[in-house]
Amino acid sequence: MNRIGLALRALHHGERGLAQDLLRVSERHVSEHEIHHVARDLSAWSQRHLRELAEIGGRYGARLGTGHALETGLGARLREKRSELVKHRSTPGMLLLHDLRHIHVQAAGVSLDWEMIAQAAQARRDTELLSLTERCHPDTLRQMRWANAHLKQLSPQVLNS
Amino acid sequence: MARIDRIADPWGTRTPYGPGEDWPVRVDTFLKEGVSPQDVDRWVPTASILHSNGDGMDIAVKDGRMVGVRGAAGDRINRGRLDPKDLYAWQAGASPDRLTRPLISRDGALVETDWDTAMDAVVRRSRELLDEQGPGAFGFYTTGQLFLEEYYTLAAIARGGIGTHHLDGNTRLCTATAAAALKESFGCDGQPGTYADIDHADVIALFGHNAAETQTVLWMRMLDRLAGPNPPQVICVDPRPTPVARMAAVHLAPRPGTNVALMNGLLHEIISAGRIDRGYVDAHTVGYEELERRVEEYPPARVAELCDVPEELIRRAAGLLGDAERLVSTVLQGFYQSHQATAAAVQVNNLHLIRGMLGRPGCGVLQMNGQPTAQNTRECGADGDLPGFRNWANDDHVADLARIWNVEPERIPHYAPPTHAMQIFRYAEQGSIRFLWVSGTNPAVSLPELSRIRKILAQERLFLVVQDIFPTETTELADVVLPAATWGEKTGAFTNADRTVHLSEKAVEPPGEARPDLEIFLDYAGRMGFTGKDGTPLITWTGPESAFRAWQECSRGRPCDYTGLSYERLRAAGGVQWPCDQDHPDGTERLYSDGRFWAAPEYCESFGRDLVTGTPVEEVEYRFLNPSGKAVIKSAGYLPPHEMPDELRPFHLINGRTVHHFHTRTKTARAPQLRDAAPDVWVEMSAADAAAHDMREGDLAEISSPRGVVHARLRVTGIRPGVLFLPFHYGYWDLPDDAGRTRAANELTVTDWDPASKQPLFKTGAATIRLLERGGGDAPADRDSEAEPARSRTALADEEPR
Repeated sequence: MNRIGLALRALHHGERGLAQDLLRVSERHVSEHEIHHVARDLSAWSQRHLRELAEIGGRYGARLGTGHALETGLGARLREKRSELVKHRSTPGMLLLHDLRHIHVQAAGVSLDWEMIAQAAQARRDTELLSLTERCHPDTLRQMRWANAHLKQLSPQVLNS
Repeated sequence: MARIDRIADPWGTRTPYGPGEDWPVRVDTFLKEGVSPQDVDRWVPTASILHSNGDGMDIAVKDGRMVGVRGAAGDRINRGRLDPKDLYAWQAGASPDRLTRPLISRDGALVETDWDTAMDAVVRRSRELLDEQGPGAFGFYTTGQLFLEEYYTLAAIARGGIGTHHLDGNTRLCTATAAAALKESFGCDGQPGTYADIDHADVIALFGHNAAETQTVLWMRMLDRLAGPNPPQVICVDPRPTPVARMAAVHLAPRPGTNVALMNGLLHEIISAGRIDRGYVDAHTVGYEELERRVEEYPPARVAELCDVPEELIRRAAGLLGDAERLVSTVLQGFYQSHQATAAAVQVNNLHLIRGMLGRPGCGVLQMNGQPTAQNTRECGADGDLPGFRNWANDDHVADLARIWNVEPERIPHYAPPTHAMQIFRYAEQGSIRFLWVSGTNPAVSLPELSRIRKILAQERLFLVVQDIFPTETTELADVVLPAATWGEKTGAFTNADRTVHLSEKAVEPPGEARPDLEIFLDYAGRMGFTGKDGTPLITWTGPESAFRAWQECSRGRPCDYTGLSYERLRAAGGVQWPCDQDHPDGTERLYSDGRFWAAPEYCESFGRDLVTGTPVEEVEYRFLNPSGKAVIKSAGYLPPHEMPDELRPFHLINGRTVHHFHTRTKTARAPQLRDAAPDVWVEMSAADAAAHDMREGDLAEISSPRGVVHARLRVTGIRPGVLFLPFHYGYWDLPDDAGRTRAANELTVTDWDPASKQPLFKTGAATIRLLERGGGDAPADRDSEAEPARSRTALADEEPR
């Protein structure tokens, strides 16, 4: 595996974590309706990135999974149920801030990985790889901004009550 | 003069006219039985209050009581015509069950009290919470039915007095997407078009807008064009066989939740056929290339599959839109309350931008409102924006507002977008909002997922103040109920969906101790002792006219400039369209006539949002994207809805309105003609689905979703197969106490909203239906969607064409 392959593997790992974490946030915060719904949409972006990375990875000697095996099922339903049960408590607010902060940091890592690969693709005039980064990297930035915006909006209320 | 039953015939008699001609006058009058025009003591000018159309009208007064209404012949909006709701619903004002005294909760029951006791309780709790927690404990939830002066006062109290970020209107449910879409495309709220564009149009496209039932007078104008020489062609997008659909050259009935795909398909066809105004696009817009790339992914064949609409119809509709020389588009709840609301509504703006069809006679977009004074909620800052279309993310705008209110800028929360209604209720649910003041609206029937809303409102730890004119499902849950005066019992101005400002004058005294909403807010401000920087009172006005003048100052130099108006001017001129200032003394019929927009970074109301994630765009990004303040063409891809039908719940469930009722029927069900025309909830289902479920017209059905159940009589209609429709007006106040909670459509709705406009989705959700009880009705038959009530003598109204 060449170095780009290694970098793609690291990116793939990061995207997989982000896809999983966004789903987890969606499940843990069923009662925060916008977070619940949009986190799921945003996880789908990372899952799409995983598929695209898997398609291209072989060219650089990296065998990457397509990301089908994200954890769902019983654990997910338990998390959703738990969230539903504590919807009139204020404590999950702190957990939400923590989770959004984590998504932002995770997405920032993924964004840097895309950045490095885009730079390398430009240097070796690899148009296919470059266009992959152009398709996917903006999504990562939007995932980051999403977490950031909700933190900005929610923290004044959560931390002052 | 003709006498006709306007329940059976909501639109009355045709007065045909041709393109470019003046719409003929037809004066509609309804007087109480036994009263003739000669008996009337005086006619008091106002405008319609039961929809957003803004029809000029007069209230007939005899012996100090309302005895009827008449359309204003000279009014630019309606030329004398009236909506059936306006003809009859004024009778509700004299209903014996009006709230006439304040109520206060004692040992779990509401008991009558006096104003001092009620207001003292409100003020005492306010002070406690300000000390204990601060402004974040307060939420204000208002309506789209008060007057401009009242919203402005409420905004000053909440944002400048208490200093809370949590103030919104129920306009969030009806008009938030209109405002959001206008801000996305043009940098600022403000209706580009005018109703007069109907007089000139050769194509009229109604996107999710059943104008025939929601804005009947505007529909009369369209019908009169259709009946005249060289009529326009109508395009209708609606899953129901509405009266609009029946008049349409092309009727598209897409699968619910796929509006963005449909719009992208239409734009794809128009762009591929080269029917764009390249000069206009280059000179006045940014973002076109991205739209072009985006809609390439939406060829008609793919769109036909996503939306389940015949490909041929998509091509025909696109052909009409592309060939139109004078195109008027209108948009309402079919888009606003559906999945990807803002993204879909923005594509209608894009259609006009790429065709260069804005700001000329017959070329306009009308992003509609649902409620009569929704526009004022938006411009006065009583919804999620600052007064005067000021930008919360622009420190200069906040400083300017602080100067007007004589407070420090830090007093006005602007650390994030103002809190939207659904989030206010969420904060109340988790206990960080502990004081909620609801004015002029009935969330216990109108918000999604009612079992949840009832629980939130009933919490012991939430101090709930409800200000209304009747006992409602919401007042039942209040700690304090404040009896308000309504339309015709107080004076104030309000603005319709095409920026027309009317003055509504007081005609009669309010019943008992009921007070105008303005007086109630001023009383609270006085008792709270809100002050500005130097210790002088924050609120410097004392009544409607001085409040209007204060608002004019606040609007000065902003897009919604009212400085050229006055009560005197409105009395003399009738309706005037803002902006009305020194440069536009007669108001402004069309915005953006010169291709210039209110979108410059330092002037715009909003830097916009990501249409999918809802994230606010930062100032730096906006400046980079749109440095010179052009119109912004924003594209969006289709995303599947969050709740889709499955084996367990195979139907799409949508809800909406009917011509005879307004909101939660508090007024319209107290007018006998309207009550009898549509007395109870029903469900609409296609003939094919009814046959498959062995159900017939008139059967009692049970409709259920993961949130609840509703029982309703079945109407078999030409609605799109796979879709069920419920009217949302019906709650519980007129049922016996022991009746179950199985009547309100919103028992079933999902709690989900458009991330960009924060408007809840009432037209995207899954449900199932089963037979509960045979109704003994006829075999299934296709029928029209609206009620066909019996002709009623008491509903006879006069019609006088002139």
